[in-house]
Amino acid sequence: MRNLLRWETALVFLLIVVALTGQVSTDGSFLSGGNLFYLGLDIGEIALIALPLTLVIVAGEIDLSVASVLGLSSALIGWLWNAGWSLETILPTVIVVGALCGAVNGLLVTRLGLPSLAVTIGTLALYRGLALVVLGDTAVADFPSSYTEFGTTPLPGTNIPYPILLAAVLAVLFGIALHASSFGRSVYAIGANEEGARFSGIRVKRIKLILFVLAGAVAAIAGIVYTFRFSSARADNGVGLELAVVAAVLLGGVSIFGGKGSLFGVLAGVLLLGGLRNLLILQDTSTEVLTIVTGLLLLVSVLAPSITRRVGTLRKAHT
Amino acid sequence: MTTQLDTVAPPAARRTAARRLTTRVGRVRELGIVVALALVVIPTAIVNPRFVQPQSLRDLLLNASIVALLAVGQTLVVITRNVDLSVGSVLGLSAFLTAQQFADHPGTPVIAGIGFGIAVGLACGLLNGLLVALGNVPSLVVTLGTLYVFRGIDYALAQGRQVNAANLPDALLDLGSARIVGIPILVLVTVVVIAVAAVYLRSYRSGRELYAIGSNPEAATLAGIPVAKRTLTTFVLSGLVAGLAGALWVARYGTVDAAAGTGLELQVVAAVVVGGVAIFGGSGTVAGATLGALLLGTITSCLVVLQIPAFWQQAISGALLLSAITVDRLLALRLAKALRTTEGTSHA
Repeated sequence: MRNLLRWETALVFLLIVVALTGQVSTDGSFLSGGNLFYLGLDIGEIALIALPLTLVIVAGEIDLSVASVLGLSSALIGWLWNAGWSLETILPTVIVVGALCGAVNGLLVTRLGLPSLAVTIGTLALYRGLALVVLGDTAVADFPSSYTEFGTTPLPGTNIPYPILLAAVLAVLFGIALHASSFGRSVYAIGANEEGARFSGIRVKRIKLILFVLAGAVAAIAGIVYTFRFSSARADNGVGLELAVVAAVLLGGVSIFGGKGSLFGVLAGVLLLGGLRNLLILQDTSTEVLTIVTGLLLLVSVLAPSITRRVGTLRKAHT
Repeated sequence: MTTQLDTVAPPAARRTAARRLTTRVGRVRELGIVVALALVVIPTAIVNPRFVQPQSLRDLLLNASIVALLAVGQTLVVITRNVDLSVGSVLGLSAFLTAQQFADHPGTPVIAGIGFGIAVGLACGLLNGLLVALGNVPSLVVTLGTLYVFRGIDYALAQGRQVNAANLPDALLDLGSARIVGIPILVLVTVVVIAVAAVYLRSYRSGRELYAIGSNPEAATLAGIPVAKRTLTTFVLSGLVAGLAGALWVARYGTVDAAAGTGLELQVVAAVVVGGVAIFGGSGTVAGATLGALLLGTITSCLVVLQIPAFWQQAISGALLLSAITVDRLLALRLAKALRTTEGTSHA
């Protein structure tokens, strides 16, 4: 726990460093309302998906199919809209489909005992493939502006984008679920020692299934956000986003082995990743550098705990 | 005393029974892929007989051989209970650097250029291996990170340029199309790599140790196997093979930009898993992984021949991966049950 707190302190410190460097190097435009609005828009989907994925990873599993669920949900919106459905019926349908996608993952993992890494690599291809089957390589863009403006305008009177409001509300809910409920304690217990959790009466399979369903449903919501933000429903929306989300969660101090991490750290991780990217874009840095930075951050975030651990054991050996 | 003798005898009998069962299941597994291949090829051939003509078979093998090469390296890594997600990026980096080497220094001998590509891959693999083995960091995360880093370096070096066939030596491009007794050289190279890896895994001590590491890392350490060293080696070999695949990519396609091989890692992992290499390590063969790569490649070709929209390809390979791991799991459960029964009978 102390190690974890230290990591989150480090993240907050890094965030402040990025914010200050940004502020100084861009003559104050980095922290301006307008830029923060774009920063918020830019990290909306990642922030959303990172919430349930944190729980999944804390429980010792992984879900690499989230970006494909996002794409499938976007493709479905376009397809159903073309078929003449109203958006009021499309959106709940899409979220239900996302939850079903998550349920398929969860059932394969819990009922058949398959490794989630292999399952979700499979469904990553499957769901993206279904998205392509549904919509092909066409784009649907004629959505009413009453919906698309949720993705392009801030809350009236503020600079807060709607997706961030949504992410904040969900973050509070997920935060309570993970950190202030018996459900959350069970999730940590499962990640720390699955067998121990089972013997202490935790319904491991059911909880894991719920986590995968939540990941699917929230990924579908992120698909809705993505579609309206770009006013474009495409089957290839969000390709590769799973890597960015996993990177953000791990950067936030969640252990890939499960049992460790906090939602606060993950939110800081998302902000740090988004802030750095935004800053580099403001500085006209090429996108390839962004890719390298994302990768390096991910490497550093996993190497740092390992190195501190090693230094710790060395120190102990000395005393 | 007698009880002691009793407990000594049955395990040996049990072991042979178990081994027989395991080999049988393994055979069933690879036979399953062959059957699946037949199920894909025969209907396609009936609908369009041109599909089984030598030329289209050659194209099929050529297309599958890049994924098959990468699958060989991936098999070594996955057997040790690790995974290398960076292979697509390593291939891309090696392909671009090799092509640029040829374009900048037109006099480069073909062998030297390919060696250069292999060296690039080896360096990438070494970095992965060091981070995993010495940093004690899970390979999934490390290679996810280097997937970004290598691809980013690739884009940064390419700066939007691409190398065209016109800038490449004819000798290299010939390599991409040349054939020996009707079989493309690239396919032969792939076959040689597969054969070497298969013999290594089957008959060499360090090859067998990879299975031991994957089955139970702690026990492997206690048994005196240099786990870190072996793990490092598998990543170096995976990088090396990906580097070779990158150089061959240049020979095959002639045009290379920084995007070469993007997303290939998922196909490779799919091929390996479909081919019966357990994602949790400890079991699987190079032959199986190759069959897996061949099956996925064949399905792609069949969709084209049958004029099914290419959109279906991804969904099908995903479904295939899922059914492969499901079948494996069910077989494993059956095997465990059968082993329990043999145990019971040997006690009786």
